[in-house]
Amino acid sequence: MILRPRLEEIKTIGYYLGRIIVCLGLTFLMPVALGLALKEISPTLDFVVGGAVTLISGLALVFLCRTEKDLNWMQGMIVVSLSWAAAMVFSAVPLYLSGHYKFYLDACFETMSGFTTTGLTLVQDLDHLSYTHNLWRHLGPFIGGQGIAIIALSLFVKGSSGAFRMYVGEGRDERLVPNVINTARFIWLISIVYLILGTIILGVVGISIGLKPLNAFFHGACIFMAGFDTAGFAPNSSNILYYHSLIFEIVTMTFMVLGALNFNLHYQVWIGNRKEMFKNIETKTFLISVLLIFFITAAGLSQLGVYPQALVLFRKGFFQLLSGHTTTGYMTIYAKQFITEWGNLALLGIICSMALGGCICSTAGGIKMLRVGIIFKALMQDIKRIILPDRAIVVQKFHHIKEVFLEDKLVRSALMVTVCYFVLYGAGTLVGTAYGYPFLDSLFESTSAAANVGFSCGITDASMPAGLKLTYIIQMWAGRLEFMSIFTLIGAAVAAVKGK
Amino acid sequence: MKRKIIFLAFGFIFLACWRPCCAETISSTELINNARQYDGKPVVYSGEVIGDIMRRGGFVWINVNDGPNAIGIWAAGDLAKEIARTGNYKTLGDTVEVEGVFHRSCLEHGGDLDIHASSLRKVKSGAVVEEKINPAKKKLAAVLLGVLCLLLILMRLRRR
Repeated sequence: MILRPRLEEIKTIGYYLGRIIVCLGLTFLMPVALGLALKEISPTLDFVVGGAVTLISGLALVFLCRTEKDLNWMQGMIVVSLSWAAAMVFSAVPLYLSGHYKFYLDACFETMSGFTTTGLTLVQDLDHLSYTHNLWRHLGPFIGGQGIAIIALSLFVKGSSGAFRMYVGEGRDERLVPNVINTARFIWLISIVYLILGTIILGVVGISIGLKPLNAFFHGACIFMAGFDTAGFAPNSSNILYYHSLIFEIVTMTFMVLGALNFNLHYQVWIGNRKEMFKNIETKTFLISVLLIFFITAAGLSQLGVYPQALVLFRKGFFQLLSGHTTTGYMTIYAKQFITEWGNLALLGIICSMALGGCICSTAGGIKMLRVGIIFKALMQDIKRIILPDRAIVVQKFHHIKEVFLEDKLVRSALMVTVCYFVLYGAGTLVGTAYGYPFLDSLFESTSAAANVGFSCGITDASMPAGLKLTYIIQMWAGRLEFMSIFTLIGAAVAAVKGK
Repeated sequence: MKRKIIFLAFGFIFLACWRPCCAETISSTELINNARQYDGKPVVYSGEVIGDIMRRGGFVWINVNDGPNAIGIWAAGDLAKEIARTGNYKTLGDTVEVEGVFHRSCLEHGGDLDIHASSLRKVKSGAVVEEKINPAKKKLAAVLLGVLCLLLILMRLRRR
């Protein structure tokens, strides 16, 4: 029998959701400060309005739903999925007020794309967007990459079991240190240290390639936030192509890779365990996967003679491939060139890289390297079982922070999420094809949205059908949260309607 | 005969001067979608200069936006001297017309799609954009801040 949620349960959800919304509302202070500093008055007003709406809504929820109760598993998952939806709606207010988005849905698309570290964009006339709005576009990935609930965990929630449930609900199940609050704080510490270093490095590179100092450091901060958080937003319409610089591309690639690595791995290096980098199943799988898929992509590009020199092929092909594999979505070519020049084989390589994605417990999307590694190990185990005598006991192990025995439970979980991703990729392709777009284009764009990559082959545009925009929003949301919280939300909605 | 020669000479001069300013500009969309067709050919491209003018030795990179896309222009430093304003939030950049060779995948620049300019002409000066503040937005912000303050006071009272 399905039970309808009780008022007390709804109040608990409302209370924690309210606290997260309040926390989000406070982040509006950053663009307000920048807007005032740069005398961008109209954009500042957009953020005052957006911030006030967010804080009023959050405080009203806290006021109306005050409770002392902790979250259970279901409530934790629902709070997480609803907080991402709420973040999308509230953060879209200042963007829509900027006049750079045709519809409110487009602004919502942009914020969901940002928070989920996807990077698909529907902004109009980006080159004339204010610094204030641009900062907000790039703060989205920085907040979402670490996790919206994680901000609340670091600041508001005291060490409760509900905190761990929200942490898991955001698609993370690894703790760096035993306490989940300290884990959340460490993730922020790593990110802020990298942000400062990244901004300085990219700022200096920016000045050396001819950017004005203010722009160099502003672009540096934006590119770092969207690069390390594997989002792929840029403060200009040409993306990374704007800079016309090899050194800028190399630095950006470094940050993309750092962002796609497991936070646990960063922690191990931080505490001096550098060997983990070379022993970990995820880094090994990532390296093999990048090399194999680059081979496919390069074969495709070379077959069609897309790039006249091997070095040029490497620079263009490898950047796009790494950007896809880390699920960043930075581009040094134009979106249409994927379709008009790259050909099916190279495109297939990029689609594969996007689908597989980065490491778990990172800011990257996609199926993730740990799952790919586990599935591969399980396959090897089964092959060994067939080859070896019946009496032989086949034990498979892998190294991920510590030595782990490959248990059926792990394989089942990895396969289940992988299947969900494939269904999500397929569903978006189906919708795209139903709207009349070619199959390969639809597959490319759908995989890019669901794996939170942000590459576009030209479908994502303000003029695309609203139904397709909604489909991609759902794909980005489900892909980032890795399904469980979304399934729980759907289950709760069904219970609310059909329950007794 | 002398008259004819003078007439012909004027005709040639006129044609020589007339052709560049009336040559049809090609849009960024056309260039990107049909890059192979235009590869290595002289083109005329026009748009607003956006972002920064990036100096590289005696040359500069400028990004010229014609609406849907911005294309990188590689030009000698002297050619860009005429550009006074580049587009951003507070400025509408100068509109320029660039004549040059289009590269689908430029070997000199790591495979970038670009145009190497042989001439660059400012066709419209940019301007400082006056920021318009919507009075309704001001009022809305004031009302919302008022509501927020009230809510905070209410919560504080309830806590007591």
